[in-house]
Amino acid sequence: MADQNLGENDEPLLVAKSLSKSFGRIAACRDVSFSLYPGEVLAIVGESGSGKSTLLQMLSGQLAASAGHVSYRMRDGVTRDLATLGEAERRLLFRTDWGFVHQDPAQGLRMAVSAGANVGERLMAVGWNHYGRLRETASDWLTRVEIDIARIDDAPRTYSGGMRQRLQIARNLVTEPRLVFMDEPTGGLDVSVQARLLDLLRSLVAELHLAVIIVTHDLAVARLLSHRVMVMKGGLVIETGLTDQVLDDPREPYTQLLVSSILPP
Amino acid sequence: MNAPAYNFAYLDEQTKRMIRRAILKAIAIPGYQVPFASREMPMPYGWGTGGVQVTAAILGPQDVLKVIDQGSDDTTNAISIRKFFAKTAGVATTTATDEATVVQTRHRIPETALNANQVLVYQVPIPEPLRFLEPRETETRRMHALAEYGLMHVKLYEDIARFGHIATAYAYPVKVNARYVMDPSPTPKFDNPKMDNCPALQLFGAGREKRIYAIPPYTQVVSLDFEDHPFEPYRFNAPCALCGAENSYLDEIVTDDKGGRMFVCSDTDYCEGRQAAGHHGALSAAPYKEKAQEASNG
Repeated sequence: MADQNLGENDEPLLVAKSLSKSFGRIAACRDVSFSLYPGEVLAIVGESGSGKSTLLQMLSGQLAASAGHVSYRMRDGVTRDLATLGEAERRLLFRTDWGFVHQDPAQGLRMAVSAGANVGERLMAVGWNHYGRLRETASDWLTRVEIDIARIDDAPRTYSGGMRQRLQIARNLVTEPRLVFMDEPTGGLDVSVQARLLDLLRSLVAELHLAVIIVTHDLAVARLLSHRVMVMKGGLVIETGLTDQVLDDPREPYTQLLVSSILPP
Repeated sequence: MNAPAYNFAYLDEQTKRMIRRAILKAIAIPGYQVPFASREMPMPYGWGTGGVQVTAAILGPQDVLKVIDQGSDDTTNAISIRKFFAKTAGVATTTATDEATVVQTRHRIPETALNANQVLVYQVPIPEPLRFLEPRETETRRMHALAEYGLMHVKLYEDIARFGHIATAYAYPVKVNARYVMDPSPTPKFDNPKMDNCPALQLFGAGREKRIYAIPPYTQVVSLDFEDHPFEPYRFNAPCALCGAENSYLDEIVTDDKGGRMFVCSDTDYCEGRQAAGHHGALSAAPYKEKAQEASNG
Protein backbone atom coordinates (compact mmCIF):
# COMPACT_ATOMS: atom_id res chain seq x y z
CA MET A 1 0.00 0.00 0.00
CA ALA A 2 2.75 2.44 0.95
CA ASP A 3 4.52 4.00 -1.98
CA GLN A 4 8.30 4.07 -1.68
CA ASN A 5 8.69 7.40 -3.47
CA LEU A 6 6.67 9.51 -1.11
CA GLY A 7 7.90 12.78 0.36
CA GLU A 8 8.59 13.51 4.01
CA ASN A 9 5.02 14.56 4.75
CA ASP A 10 3.50 11.58 3.02
CA GLU A 11 5.01 9.05 5.36
CA PRO A 12 2.93 8.34 8.43
CA LEU A 13 4.09 9.92 11.68
CA LEU A 14 2.51 7.33 13.90
CA VAL A 15 1.28 3.87 13.02
CA ALA A 16 -0.81 1.67 15.31
CA LYS A 17 -1.05 -1.99 14.40
CA SER A 18 -3.73 -4.23 15.89
CA LEU A 19 -3.46 -2.68 19.37
CA SER A 20 -5.24 -4.53 22.13
CA LYS A 21 -5.34 -4.12 25.85
CA SER A 22 -7.11 -6.29 28.35
CA PHE A 23 -7.35 -5.84 32.06
CA GLY A 24 -7.94 -9.35 33.31
CA ARG A 25 -11.07 -10.57 31.56
CA ILE A 26 -12.04 -7.12 30.38
CA ALA A 27 -10.91 -6.26 26.89
CA ALA A 28 -10.63 -2.46 27.07
CA CYS A 29 -9.37 -2.09 23.55
CA ARG A 30 -9.40 -4.61 20.70
CA ASP A 31 -7.48 -4.72 17.48
CA VAL A 32 -7.11 -1.02 16.70
CA SER A 33 -5.06 -0.12 13.63
CA PHE A 34 -4.56 3.24 11.95
CA SER A 35 -1.92 5.60 10.56
CA LEU A 36 -1.56 9.24 11.43
CA TYR A 37 0.13 11.65 9.02
CA PRO A 38 1.95 14.89 9.83
CA GLY A 39 -0.48 17.78 10.27
CA GLU A 40 -3.46 15.51 10.58
CA VAL A 41 -6.03 15.79 13.34
CA LEU A 42 -7.68 12.55 14.36
CA ALA A 43 -10.59 12.53 16.76
CA ILE A 44 -11.44 9.42 18.76
CA VAL A 45 -15.05 9.62 19.85
CA GLY A 46 -17.22 7.30 21.83
CA GLU A 47 -19.07 7.03 25.11
CA SER A 48 -17.47 6.56 28.52
CA GLY A 49 -15.91 3.13 28.85
CA SER A 50 -15.50 2.64 25.12
CA GLY A 51 -11.72 2.37 25.44
CA LYS A 52 -10.79 5.85 24.16
CA SER A 53 -8.53 6.77 27.04
CA THR A 54 -6.91 3.33 27.18
CA LEU A 55 -6.13 3.69 23.50
CA LEU A 56 -4.67 7.16 24.03
CA GLN A 57 -2.46 5.91 26.84
CA MET A 58 -1.16 3.08 24.68
CA LEU A 59 -0.49 5.41 21.77
CA SER A 60 1.45 7.80 23.99
CA GLY A 61 3.54 4.99 25.46
CA GLN A 62 2.19 5.36 28.98
CA LEU A 63 0.56 1.95 28.98
CA ALA A 64 2.01 -1.24 27.54
CA ALA A 65 -0.25 -2.92 24.98
CA SER A 66 -1.30 -6.53 25.53
CA ALA A 67 -0.90 -7.13 21.80
CA GLY A 68 0.05 -5.11 18.75
CA HIS A 69 2.46 -2.21 18.58
CA VAL A 70 2.82 1.50 17.96
CA SER A 71 5.61 2.93 15.86
CA TYR A 72 6.59 6.55 15.56
CA ARG A 73 8.75 8.38 13.06
CA MET A 74 11.35 10.21 15.17
CA ARG A 75 12.79 13.60 14.28
CA ASP A 76 15.75 11.93 12.61
CA GLY A 77 13.35 10.24 10.18
CA VAL A 78 13.72 6.73 11.60
CA THR A 79 10.48 4.95 12.44
CA ARG A 80 10.77 3.06 15.70
CA ASP A 81 8.54 0.80 17.74
CA LEU A 82 7.64 2.60 20.97
CA ALA A 83 8.01 -0.60 22.97
CA THR A 84 11.68 -0.83 22.04
CA LEU A 85 12.49 2.68 23.26
CA GLY A 86 14.29 2.91 26.56
CA GLU A 87 12.60 4.81 29.34
CA ALA A 88 14.99 7.74 28.98
CA GLU A 89 14.28 8.01 25.25
CA ARG A 90 10.55 7.69 25.78
CA ARG A 91 10.55 10.43 28.38
CA LEU A 92 12.66 12.67 26.19
CA LEU A 93 10.26 12.09 23.31
CA PHE A 94 7.38 12.89 25.63
CA ARG A 95 8.72 16.27 26.61
CA THR A 96 10.16 17.37 23.27
CA ASP A 97 8.46 15.94 20.20
CA TRP A 98 5.13 15.19 21.86
CA GLY A 99 2.63 17.07 23.91
CA PHE A 100 -0.08 15.77 26.18
CA VAL A 101 -3.00 17.99 27.11
CA HIS A 102 -4.92 16.57 30.05
CA GLN A 103 -8.58 17.15 30.70
CA ASP A 104 -7.74 18.43 34.17
CA PRO A 105 -5.09 21.14 33.85
CA ALA A 106 -3.91 20.39 37.39
CA GLN A 107 -2.53 17.11 36.05
CA GLY A 108 -0.56 18.77 33.29
CA LEU A 109 0.60 21.88 35.11
CA ARG A 110 2.61 22.58 38.22
CA MET A 111 -0.04 24.48 40.07
CA ALA A 112 2.31 26.03 42.63
CA VAL A 113 4.93 27.51 40.31
CA SER A 114 4.46 30.57 38.11
CA ALA A 115 3.06 30.45 34.58
CA GLY A 116 6.43 31.48 33.18
CA ALA A 117 8.19 28.56 34.85
CA ASN A 118 5.43 26.22 33.71
CA VAL A 119 6.03 27.20 30.13
CA GLY A 120 9.80 27.18 30.56
CA GLU A 121 10.06 23.81 32.29
CA ARG A 122 10.33 21.73 29.12
CA LEU A 123 12.99 24.05 27.77
CA MET A 124 14.98 23.84 30.99
CA ALA A 125 14.64 20.06 30.80
CA VAL A 126 16.38 20.06 27.44
CA GLY A 127 19.17 22.24 28.76
CA TRP A 128 18.13 25.88 28.29
CA ASN A 129 20.20 27.75 30.81
CA HIS A 130 19.54 31.43 30.13
CA TYR A 131 16.91 33.16 32.23
CA GLY A 132 16.39 36.06 29.83
CA ARG A 133 15.75 33.83 26.84
CA LEU A 134 13.48 31.53 28.84
CA ARG A 135 11.42 34.48 29.94
CA GLU A 136 11.21 35.89 26.46
CA THR A 137 10.00 32.57 25.06
CA ALA A 138 7.50 32.18 27.88
CA SER A 139 6.02 35.65 27.30
CA ASP A 140 5.85 34.97 23.60
CA TRP A 141 3.87 31.79 24.20
CA LEU A 142 1.57 33.37 26.73
CA THR A 143 0.71 36.00 24.13
CA ARG A 144 0.03 33.32 21.57
CA VAL A 145 -2.45 31.57 23.84
CA GLU A 146 -4.04 34.91 24.76
CA ILE A 147 -2.91 35.15 28.36
CA ASP A 148 -2.06 38.63 29.63
CA ILE A 149 1.75 38.88 30.08
CA ALA A 150 1.15 40.72 33.34
CA ARG A 151 0.08 37.35 34.77
CA ILE A 152 3.37 35.62 33.88
CA ASP A 153 4.55 35.43 37.50
CA ASP A 154 1.22 34.23 38.88
CA ALA A 155 0.74 30.58 39.72
CA PRO A 156 -1.91 28.75 37.65
CA ARG A 157 -3.91 28.10 40.79
CA THR A 158 -4.94 31.75 40.57
CA TYR A 159 -6.08 31.26 36.97
CA SER A 160 -9.56 30.53 35.68
CA GLY A 161 -10.32 27.13 34.13
CA GLY A 162 -10.04 28.41 30.57
CA MET A 163 -6.74 30.17 31.26
CA ARG A 164 -5.32 27.06 32.89
CA GLN A 165 -6.19 25.02 29.84
CA ARG A 166 -4.59 27.59 27.54
CA LEU A 167 -1.50 27.65 29.74
CA GLN A 168 -1.31 23.89 29.54
CA ILE A 169 -1.40 24.12 25.77
CA ALA A 170 1.39 26.72 25.74
CA ARG A 171 3.47 24.54 28.07
CA ASN A 172 3.12 21.63 25.67
CA LEU A 173 3.77 23.52 22.47
CA VAL A 174 6.84 25.41 23.60
CA THR A 175 9.25 22.73 22.37
CA GLU A 176 7.48 22.70 19.00
CA PRO A 177 6.26 19.13 19.14
CA ARG A 178 5.04 17.39 16.03
CA LEU A 179 2.37 15.32 17.74
CA VAL A 180 0.01 16.35 20.50
CA PHE A 181 -2.32 14.05 22.42
CA MET A 182 -5.40 15.64 23.89
CA ASP A 183 -7.70 14.00 26.38
CA GLU A 184 -11.01 15.90 26.46
CA PRO A 185 -9.30 19.30 26.38
CA THR A 186 -12.58 21.17 26.61
CA GLY A 187 -14.18 19.06 29.32
CA GLY A 188 -15.36 21.02 32.32
CA LEU A 189 -15.28 24.41 30.58
CA ASP A 190 -18.35 26.48 29.91
CA VAL A 191 -19.58 26.85 26.37
CA SER A 192 -18.22 30.29 25.52
CA VAL A 193 -14.78 29.42 26.95
CA GLN A 194 -14.89 26.15 25.02
CA ALA A 195 -15.55 28.01 21.80
CA ARG A 196 -12.57 30.32 22.34
CA LEU A 197 -10.30 27.43 23.23
CA LEU A 198 -11.34 25.48 20.15
CA ASP A 199 -10.77 28.52 18.00
CA LEU A 200 -7.30 28.92 19.46
CA LEU A 201 -6.49 25.25 19.05
CA ARG A 202 -7.63 25.26 15.47
CA SER A 203 -5.41 28.19 14.54
CA LEU A 204 -2.39 26.79 16.41
CA VAL A 205 -2.78 23.39 14.80
CA ALA A 206 -2.88 24.94 11.35
CA GLU A 207 -0.07 27.38 12.06
CA LEU A 208 2.33 24.82 13.54
CA HIS A 209 1.31 21.98 11.24
CA LEU A 210 0.63 19.80 14.28
CA ALA A 211 -0.57 16.25 14.20
CA VAL A 212 -3.17 15.77 16.91
CA ILE A 213 -4.92 12.79 18.40
CA ILE A 214 -7.85 14.11 20.35
CA VAL A 215 -10.09 12.01 22.53
CA THR A 216 -13.52 13.48 23.10
CA HIS A 217 -17.10 12.52 23.70
CA ASP A 218 -18.18 15.87 22.30
CA LEU A 219 -18.97 15.52 18.62
CA ALA A 220 -18.95 19.28 18.16
CA VAL A 221 -15.28 19.33 19.15
CA ALA A 222 -14.57 16.54 16.70
CA ARG A 223 -16.37 18.39 13.94
CA LEU A 224 -14.58 21.66 14.54
CA LEU A 225 -11.05 20.37 14.94
CA SER A 226 -10.54 17.05 13.28
CA HIS A 227 -9.97 15.84 9.76
CA ARG A 228 -10.74 12.24 10.54
CA VAL A 229 -12.89 10.51 13.14
CA MET A 230 -12.70 7.10 14.73
CA VAL A 231 -15.83 5.95 16.55
CA MET A 232 -15.26 3.47 19.37
CA LYS A 233 -17.68 1.24 21.20
CA GLY A 234 -16.90 -1.55 23.65
CA GLY A 235 -13.19 -1.39 22.86
CA LEU A 236 -13.66 -1.73 19.11
CA VAL A 237 -13.37 0.84 16.37
CA ILE A 238 -16.75 0.53 14.70
CA GLU A 239 -16.51 3.29 12.16
CA THR A 240 -13.79 5.48 10.77
CA GLY A 241 -13.60 8.05 8.03
CA LEU A 242 -13.49 11.73 7.18
CA THR A 243 -15.14 13.84 9.86
CA ASP A 244 -17.86 15.27 7.65
CA GLN A 245 -18.60 11.91 6.15
CA VAL A 246 -18.93 10.13 9.48
CA LEU A 247 -20.89 12.86 11.20
CA ASP A 248 -23.19 13.74 8.32
CA ASP A 249 -23.73 10.30 6.97
CA PRO A 250 -23.12 7.78 9.75
CA ARG A 251 -23.22 4.19 8.67
CA GLU A 252 -23.27 2.26 11.94
CA PRO A 253 -26.42 2.31 14.07
CA TYR A 254 -24.39 3.33 17.12
CA THR A 255 -22.85 6.28 15.30
CA GLN A 256 -26.27 7.28 14.06
CA LEU A 257 -27.48 7.22 17.65
CA LEU A 258 -24.48 9.26 18.77
CA VAL A 259 -24.98 11.87 16.08
CA SER A 260 -28.70 12.11 16.61
CA SER A 261 -28.22 12.58 20.35
CA ILE A 262 -26.76 16.06 19.77
CA LEU A 263 -29.34 18.71 20.40
CA PRO A 264 -30.01 20.78 17.30
CA PRO A 265 -28.55 24.26 17.66
CA MET B 1 34.15 -3.35 87.04
CA ASN B 2 34.29 -0.48 84.66
CA ALA B 3 33.21 -2.57 81.68
CA PRO B 4 31.63 -0.28 79.09
CA ALA B 5 27.86 -0.55 78.98
CA TYR B 6 27.89 0.01 75.22
CA ASN B 7 29.75 -1.35 72.25
CA PHE B 8 32.44 1.00 70.98
CA ALA B 9 30.72 4.10 69.59
CA TYR B 10 27.28 2.95 70.75
CA LEU B 11 26.17 0.99 67.64
CA ASP B 12 26.71 -2.77 67.44
CA GLU B 13 29.24 -4.05 64.93
CA GLN B 14 26.66 -5.50 62.52
CA THR B 15 24.91 -2.16 62.27
CA LYS B 16 28.20 -0.37 61.70
CA ARG B 17 29.02 -2.84 58.97
CA MET B 18 25.71 -2.16 57.28
CA ILE B 19 26.30 1.59 57.48
CA ARG B 20 29.87 1.25 56.18
CA ARG B 21 28.57 -0.68 53.19
CA ALA B 22 26.16 2.15 52.44
CA ILE B 23 29.00 4.65 52.85
CA LEU B 24 31.23 2.73 50.45
CA LYS B 25 28.48 2.61 47.88
CA ALA B 26 27.83 6.32 48.36
CA ILE B 27 31.51 7.08 47.79
CA ALA B 28 31.50 4.93 44.66
CA ILE B 29 28.57 6.89 43.21
CA PRO B 30 29.20 10.51 44.22
CA GLY B 31 26.00 12.38 45.05
CA TYR B 32 23.74 9.32 44.84
CA GLN B 33 21.44 8.77 47.81
CA VAL B 34 22.02 5.27 49.18
CA PRO B 35 19.20 3.87 51.34
CA PHE B 36 20.28 2.35 54.63
CA ALA B 37 18.56 0.76 57.61
CA SER B 38 18.68 3.79 59.87
CA ARG B 39 18.49 2.91 63.58
CA GLU B 40 16.75 4.55 66.47
CA MET B 41 19.30 6.71 68.22
CA PRO B 42 19.04 8.06 71.78
CA MET B 43 18.06 11.49 70.46
CA PRO B 44 15.10 12.88 68.52
CA TYR B 45 14.96 12.94 64.72
CA GLY B 46 16.17 16.28 63.49
CA TRP B 47 18.95 16.43 66.05
CA GLY B 48 21.46 14.65 63.88
CA THR B 49 20.53 10.96 64.06
CA GLY B 50 21.89 10.44 60.53
CA GLY B 51 25.16 12.23 61.19
CA VAL B 52 25.64 10.41 64.48
CA GLN B 53 25.19 7.02 62.83
CA VAL B 54 27.69 7.86 60.10
CA THR B 55 30.17 9.15 62.68
CA ALA B 56 29.69 6.05 64.82
CA ALA B 57 30.38 3.83 61.82
CA ILE B 58 33.62 5.54 60.79
CA LEU B 59 35.04 6.41 64.22
CA GLY B 60 38.16 4.58 65.37
CA PRO B 61 39.86 4.75 68.80
CA GLN B 62 42.59 7.05 67.45
CA ASP B 63 40.21 9.60 65.97
CA VAL B 64 39.80 13.10 67.28
CA LEU B 65 36.24 14.32 67.02
CA LYS B 66 34.91 17.83 66.56
CA VAL B 67 31.19 18.58 66.46
CA ILE B 68 29.75 21.87 65.27
CA ASP B 69 26.22 23.14 65.11
CA GLN B 70 25.67 26.18 62.86
CA GLY B 71 29.43 26.72 63.04
CA SER B 72 29.48 26.75 66.81
CA ASP B 73 31.25 24.25 69.06
CA ASP B 74 29.34 25.24 72.18
CA THR B 75 25.64 24.85 71.45
CA THR B 76 23.57 22.17 73.16
CA ASN B 77 23.48 19.91 70.13
CA ALA B 78 27.22 20.10 69.50
CA ILE B 79 28.15 19.57 73.13
CA SER B 80 25.81 16.65 73.69
CA ILE B 81 26.97 14.79 70.56
CA ARG B 82 30.59 15.40 71.49
CA LYS B 83 29.93 14.09 75.00
CA PHE B 84 28.01 11.16 73.58
CA PHE B 85 31.02 9.92 71.65
CA ALA B 86 33.47 10.78 74.41
CA LYS B 87 31.40 8.52 76.63
CA THR B 88 30.54 5.66 74.29
CA ALA B 89 33.76 5.55 72.26
CA GLY B 90 36.23 7.18 74.60
CA VAL B 91 37.70 9.16 71.69
CA ALA B 92 39.48 12.45 72.14
CA THR B 93 37.40 15.50 71.29
CA THR B 94 38.48 18.94 70.24
CA THR B 95 37.07 22.22 69.10
CA ALA B 96 40.02 23.06 66.85
CA THR B 97 39.31 22.23 63.22
CA ASP B 98 42.90 21.41 62.31
CA GLU B 99 43.29 18.95 65.21
CA ALA B 100 40.20 16.94 64.35
CA THR B 101 40.14 13.88 62.11
CA VAL B 102 36.35 13.59 62.07
CA VAL B 103 34.17 16.69 62.04
CA GLN B 104 30.44 16.22 62.41
CA THR B 105 28.57 19.31 61.34
CA ARG B 106 25.12 20.75 61.20
CA HIS B 107 24.58 23.56 58.66
CA ARG B 108 28.17 24.76 58.21
CA ILE B 109 31.53 23.88 56.72
CA PRO B 110 34.44 25.11 58.89
CA GLU B 111 36.27 28.22 57.65
CA THR B 112 39.65 26.56 58.13
CA ALA B 113 40.43 24.57 54.99
CA LEU B 114 40.07 20.83 55.51
CA ASN B 115 42.85 18.39 54.69
CA ALA B 116 43.02 14.90 53.24
CA ASN B 117 43.21 13.25 56.68
CA GLN B 118 39.84 14.58 57.71
CA VAL B 119 36.27 13.42 57.20
CA LEU B 120 33.39 15.88 57.30
CA VAL B 121 30.07 14.33 58.36
CA TYR B 122 26.93 16.34 57.65
CA GLN B 123 23.62 16.01 59.43
CA VAL B 124 20.92 16.10 56.77
CA PRO B 125 17.23 16.76 57.43
CA ILE B 126 15.94 16.33 53.83
CA PRO B 127 18.28 14.61 51.40
CA GLU B 128 16.08 14.95 48.32
CA PRO B 129 16.76 18.24 46.47
CA LEU B 130 13.65 17.79 44.31
CA ARG B 131 11.31 17.09 47.24
CA PHE B 132 9.37 20.34 47.28
CA LEU B 133 9.01 20.43 43.50
CA GLU B 134 8.04 16.80 42.98
CA PRO B 135 6.52 15.15 46.03
CA ARG B 136 6.50 11.60 44.61
CA GLU B 137 9.59 9.72 45.73
CA THR B 138 9.15 7.17 42.92
CA GLU B 139 9.25 10.01 40.43
CA THR B 140 12.26 11.81 41.95
CA ARG B 141 14.25 8.55 41.95
CA ARG B 142 13.44 8.09 38.30
CA MET B 143 14.50 11.67 37.61
CA HIS B 144 17.83 11.05 39.32
CA ALA B 145 18.28 7.81 37.43
CA LEU B 146 17.69 9.51 34.08
CA ALA B 147 19.49 12.73 35.08
CA GLU B 148 16.35 14.77 34.36
CA TYR B 149 17.15 17.90 36.28
CA GLY B 150 15.16 20.56 34.42
CA LEU B 151 12.91 20.84 37.44
CA MET B 152 15.76 22.09 39.62
CA HIS B 153 16.10 25.07 37.33
CA VAL B 154 12.37 25.69 37.65
CA LYS B 155 13.02 26.48 41.30
CA LEU B 156 15.83 28.88 40.44
CA TYR B 157 13.65 30.45 37.73
CA GLU B 158 10.93 31.02 40.32
CA ASP B 159 13.43 32.73 42.59
CA ILE B 160 14.50 35.17 39.91
CA ALA B 161 10.93 35.78 38.75
CA ARG B 162 9.87 36.59 42.30
CA PHE B 163 12.89 38.32 43.80
CA GLY B 164 14.99 39.40 40.83
CA HIS B 165 17.89 37.16 41.85
CA ILE B 166 18.43 33.59 42.98
CA ALA B 167 17.15 33.96 46.51
CA THR B 168 17.90 30.43 47.66
CA ALA B 169 20.35 31.16 50.46
CA TYR B 170 20.86 27.70 51.97
CA ALA B 171 20.52 24.09 50.78
CA TYR B 172 21.57 25.46 47.40
CA PRO B 173 21.48 22.58 44.88
CA VAL B 174 24.77 21.34 43.47
CA LYS B 175 25.74 18.92 40.75
CA VAL B 176 28.32 16.39 41.90
CA ASN B 177 30.85 14.92 39.49
CA ALA B 178 28.76 16.21 36.56
CA ARG B 179 26.06 13.63 37.27
CA TYR B 180 23.85 13.73 40.37
CA VAL B 181 22.11 16.82 41.67
CA MET B 182 22.49 16.86 45.43
CA ASP B 183 21.19 18.80 48.39
CA PRO B 184 24.25 19.95 50.37
CA SER B 185 22.10 19.93 53.56
CA PRO B 186 21.04 23.33 54.87
CA THR B 187 24.49 24.89 54.71
CA PRO B 188 24.54 28.53 53.57
CA LYS B 189 25.38 28.87 49.89
CA PHE B 190 28.49 30.73 51.08
CA ASP B 191 29.90 27.27 51.85
CA ASN B 192 29.13 25.71 48.47
CA PRO B 193 32.50 26.58 46.86
CA LYS B 194 34.27 24.82 49.76
CA MET B 195 32.76 21.50 48.70
CA ASP B 196 34.30 21.67 45.26
CA ASN B 197 37.56 19.77 44.91
CA CYS B 198 37.80 19.43 48.70
CA PRO B 199 40.67 17.20 49.93
CA ALA B 200 38.55 15.82 52.78
CA LEU B 201 35.95 13.08 52.38
CA GLN B 202 32.42 14.46 52.84
CA LEU B 203 29.68 12.15 54.10
CA PHE B 204 26.01 13.03 54.46
CA GLY B 205 23.67 11.14 56.78
CA ALA B 206 19.90 11.56 56.93
CA GLY B 207 18.53 9.48 59.81
CA ARG B 208 14.81 10.02 59.45
CA GLU B 209 14.91 9.69 55.68
CA LYS B 210 17.30 6.72 55.87
CA ARG B 211 19.72 7.95 53.22
CA ILE B 212 23.49 8.30 53.04
CA TYR B 213 25.36 10.12 50.29
CA ALA B 214 28.91 11.25 49.81
CA ILE B 215 31.38 13.47 47.99
CA PRO B 216 34.74 11.71 47.63
CA PRO B 217 37.90 13.81 48.00
CA TYR B 218 38.80 16.03 45.06
CA THR B 219 35.41 15.75 43.36
CA GLN B 220 33.91 18.45 41.19
CA VAL B 221 30.91 20.12 42.85
CA VAL B 222 29.12 22.78 40.82
CA SER B 223 26.36 25.04 42.12
CA LEU B 224 23.47 25.22 39.64
CA ASP B 225 22.69 28.58 38.07
CA PHE B 226 21.66 30.41 34.90
CA GLU B 227 24.10 31.83 32.38
CA ASP B 228 22.74 35.33 32.94
CA HIS B 229 22.28 34.84 36.70
CA PRO B 230 25.47 33.09 37.85
CA PHE B 231 25.89 31.54 41.28
CA GLU B 232 27.11 33.99 43.91
CA PRO B 233 27.97 33.13 47.49
CA TYR B 234 26.27 35.43 49.96
CA ARG B 235 27.86 37.13 52.93
CA PHE B 236 26.78 40.08 55.08
CA ASN B 237 28.83 43.05 53.99
CA ALA B 238 30.65 43.67 57.27
CA PRO B 239 33.75 42.52 59.16
CA CYS B 240 33.31 40.24 62.15
CA ALA B 241 32.68 42.43 65.20
CA LEU B 242 34.91 40.26 67.38
CA CYS B 243 37.83 39.22 65.21
CA GLY B 244 37.56 41.60 62.28
CA ALA B 245 37.53 38.81 59.66
CA GLU B 246 36.47 40.04 56.23
CA ASN B 247 36.04 36.68 54.54
CA SER B 248 34.18 34.46 57.00
CA TYR B 249 30.48 33.63 57.11
CA LEU B 250 28.71 35.90 59.61
CA ASP B 251 25.80 35.47 61.96
CA GLU B 252 23.62 38.48 62.58
CA ILE B 253 22.98 39.02 66.29
CA VAL B 254 20.32 41.47 67.41
CA THR B 255 21.63 43.36 70.42
CA ASP B 256 18.69 45.55 71.45
CA ASP B 257 15.15 46.47 70.43
CA LYS B 258 16.22 49.66 68.63
CA GLY B 259 17.64 48.02 65.54
CA GLY B 260 21.10 47.45 67.01
CA ARG B 261 22.91 44.42 65.66
CA MET B 262 26.33 42.93 65.40
CA PHE B 263 27.85 40.55 62.91
CA VAL B 264 30.12 37.81 64.20
CA CYS B 265 31.77 34.77 62.66
CA SER B 266 29.46 31.78 62.77
CA ASP B 267 32.53 29.53 63.05
CA THR B 268 33.46 30.01 66.72
CA ASP B 269 36.73 28.10 66.48
CA TYR B 270 37.91 30.25 63.58
CA CYS B 271 36.90 33.44 65.38
CA GLU B 272 38.59 32.46 68.65
CA GLY B 273 41.70 31.40 66.79
CA ARG B 274 41.92 34.75 65.09
CA GLN B 275 41.37 36.64 68.34
CA ALA B 276 44.08 34.61 70.03
CA ALA B 277 46.38 35.56 67.15
CA GLY B 278 45.76 39.22 67.94
CA HIS B 279 43.02 40.19 65.44
CA HIS B 280 40.34 42.38 66.91
CA GLY B 281 37.01 43.63 65.62
CA ALA B 282 35.10 46.77 66.57
CA LEU B 283 33.24 45.17 69.46
CA SER B 284 35.99 42.93 70.74
CA ALA B 285 36.38 42.80 74.53
CA ALA B 286 40.11 42.15 74.26
CA PRO B 287 41.32 45.76 74.90
CA TYR B 288 39.23 45.91 78.09
CA LYS B 289 40.57 42.57 79.21
CA GLU B 290 44.12 43.82 78.72
CA LYS B 291 43.39 46.98 80.69
CA ALA B 292 41.81 44.97 83.49
CA GLN B 293 44.85 42.71 83.50
CA GLU B 294 47.23 45.69 83.68
CA ALA B 295 45.20 47.24 86.49
CA SER B 296 45.29 44.07 88.56
CA ASN B 297 48.99 43.57 87.87
CA GLY B 298 49.84 47.20 88.66
